[in-house]
Amino acid sequence: MQMCDASSPSLTSSSCSAFAEACTVNLLIAEDSHGDRMILAALLRRLGHQVYEASDGLEAVAMFVKLEPDIVLMDALMPTMSGMDAARRIKALAGTRFVPVIFITSLASEREQAGCLEAGGDDFLLKPYSRVILEAKISAYSRMLNLHRSVMQQRDQIRTQNEQMLSEQRLARRVFDNVAHTGCLDASNIRYHASPLSIFNGDVLFAAERPGGGTLIFMGDFTGHGLPAAIGAMPVAEVFYGMAAKGFGAADLLTEINQKLRNILPVGMFCCGALFEADGKQGSIRVWNGGLPDGWLVRVNGERVAIPSMHLPLGVQPPERFDVTMELFPAATGDYVVLMTDGFPESCDAQGERFGEDSVRQVLEGLDAGDHPFDALMARLQAFTGHPDPADDMTLCCLEVGIGGGVTDVAESTPESALSGSGSWHCVYEVRDRALADFNPLPLLLHICMEVPGLRRKSGDVYTILSELYSNALEHGVLKLSSEWKKTAEGFSLYYEERMRRLSDTQGHYVRFTLDHEPRVEAGRLRIRCEDSGQGFERQENTMGARAASVHEYAGRGMGILKRLAKEVSICGSGNCIEIVYDWEFPAQGATSQ
Amino acid sequence: MNDIPRLDEEALAELQDVMEDEFGVLIETYLADSRTRISGLKEAADTGDAERLRKAAHSLKGSCINIGVPKLGNLCFELEVLGSEGRLEGAERLLTAVEQEFEEVARELENFNQ
Repeated sequence: MQMCDASSPSLTSSSCSAFAEACTVNLLIAEDSHGDRMILAALLRRLGHQVYEASDGLEAVAMFVKLEPDIVLMDALMPTMSGMDAARRIKALAGTRFVPVIFITSLASEREQAGCLEAGGDDFLLKPYSRVILEAKISAYSRMLNLHRSVMQQRDQIRTQNEQMLSEQRLARRVFDNVAHTGCLDASNIRYHASPLSIFNGDVLFAAERPGGGTLIFMGDFTGHGLPAAIGAMPVAEVFYGMAAKGFGAADLLTEINQKLRNILPVGMFCCGALFEADGKQGSIRVWNGGLPDGWLVRVNGERVAIPSMHLPLGVQPPERFDVTMELFPAATGDYVVLMTDGFPESCDAQGERFGEDSVRQVLEGLDAGDHPFDALMARLQAFTGHPDPADDMTLCCLEVGIGGGVTDVAESTPESALSGSGSWHCVYEVRDRALADFNPLPLLLHICMEVPGLRRKSGDVYTILSELYSNALEHGVLKLSSEWKKTAEGFSLYYEERMRRLSDTQGHYVRFTLDHEPRVEAGRLRIRCEDSGQGFERQENTMGARAASVHEYAGRGMGILKRLAKEVSICGSGNCIEIVYDWEFPAQGATSQ
Repeated sequence: MNDIPRLDEEALAELQDVMEDEFGVLIETYLADSRTRISGLKEAADTGDAERLRKAAHSLKGSCINIGVPKLGNLCFELEVLGSEGRLEGAERLLTAVEQEFEEVARELENFNQ
């Protein structure tokens, strides 16, 4: 159809009628009376329209298919297919295209008129023809056609844009998945629900095994929806997986994520998030919650501990004011930790009623022994919303403490760097005074060791050895703490209170690492010597409460781990120095160092 | 019925304006069409086909009022009513009236066209 201005949908239909003579409409007349047809055609041509003529219903349908007229004027009574049959055919052929069919009739009964409309006719035109009425009707339908056409154009445009958006989201999702792989989310002790497109609702969920054992889980909920919400997720994923693999702890990750988001996100955009760290050995968990709904510790003994948000969301505070203090809880095998984004309590039922955090509490309080909190929560939510599928913007994650997972050497799958580092080196690194309180030397030391080609595959072993040596030197050697305390609930808090207190006064103390590496054929030997400023074994017996317990604790457990990993473990000096010899080989040579 | 004019001269003048040079052709077409339809009416009446009579009368009525021949149109309407009611007894008398009126219309239209 040729419109006044077909290229400009913004031109309103009223301006079209104001210049009616400029609007050419293509009309098909179907009328068996030759004289009547001549009159109607002449009238319409004088109004400036293009007119096609058919003398019966069959011809009208054929011409409709061939010429695609905008409006059809049709006599109801015609030989060879009545006007009504032809109207039905034409409407069916037009499909979603709007083609007004106007019946031409001399005075007929109401029943006959109604029959015309039932056949899909849109209007009547009575004989004798009135030029004024004819002109008014054609221009009214012309306006309607304009309107319909622009609506259809917009619909097509919206559909195209929506398809384009979905395909872009799928592509973006693929890129995102390459950066933010699921990590160890598929471990047997982790259960979670996250929509495949949740990233475009701003929800993220990452999990990683730490090199020396233990699990890190990050759940985030960015403000906003769509691409803006998804963009911030990329750097968070990189920081999370990158730093977790290098042995950084939860506090370092949080600091880095906060700073990165604060730099890249515009004002008013941030990320509510929780970072959860399960220590594989210590029987403790740490959680930092900044803006997410209450997390929960569901203990095997029936106790329920809420883990409320204690911090502003990530990306809000400047680095100097950002608080990485984590809630610390003793945890036992079979305890569960539950984290969720606000999409979970905010899920609505058919009446628009919200699920609510109280319902979460009720579900967790009503758990029987053996019930999995994840299943119970999902089942209750499903019953509440009445929908089998949860909304896209809710994420729920539940980790069972102490089972499955375990120490997996993530670095086994870490691709080798294209740059090969040195195989023969010596280094001494000493952490002293205040740095003992607020600096973690392990990522740096691990990084140095990982420069050796081939040794990177053993980052789990190396990290475990380094962290075992360092925590022993710091906690038992320098701070003179006894792990015996951690065996009772009171002792557990006392231990960490004392640790915090004693860390504030480390003047004159040090922990010194001396590392040597020498290459061998398709293998290597790493020597690590760790020395602290503490008093060693013998003298330790005189110190407060620690006594021999710490020595036994150390010798009993820590020594066991070291002996399992290393070729040689020797204690030197007054017991304040331990030396390790760690041999490794390329796996292609058969036996590994273990 | 006698007060209905044979020709609606105002309507015919308007048609003349619309059709311009084609007006003569239109008159000839109308007359030829109508002759065909009148013989169709007679056939329908002879064979006692009331529905065919109704349809043919309806069509002719439409053409007549369109072109400005109201009296003949009105006679056709009476025939249409007979057809729709299935009463063919009075059809013959009306058909004769239609034929006579048509001859008058044809003569006067030819004059009008001059």
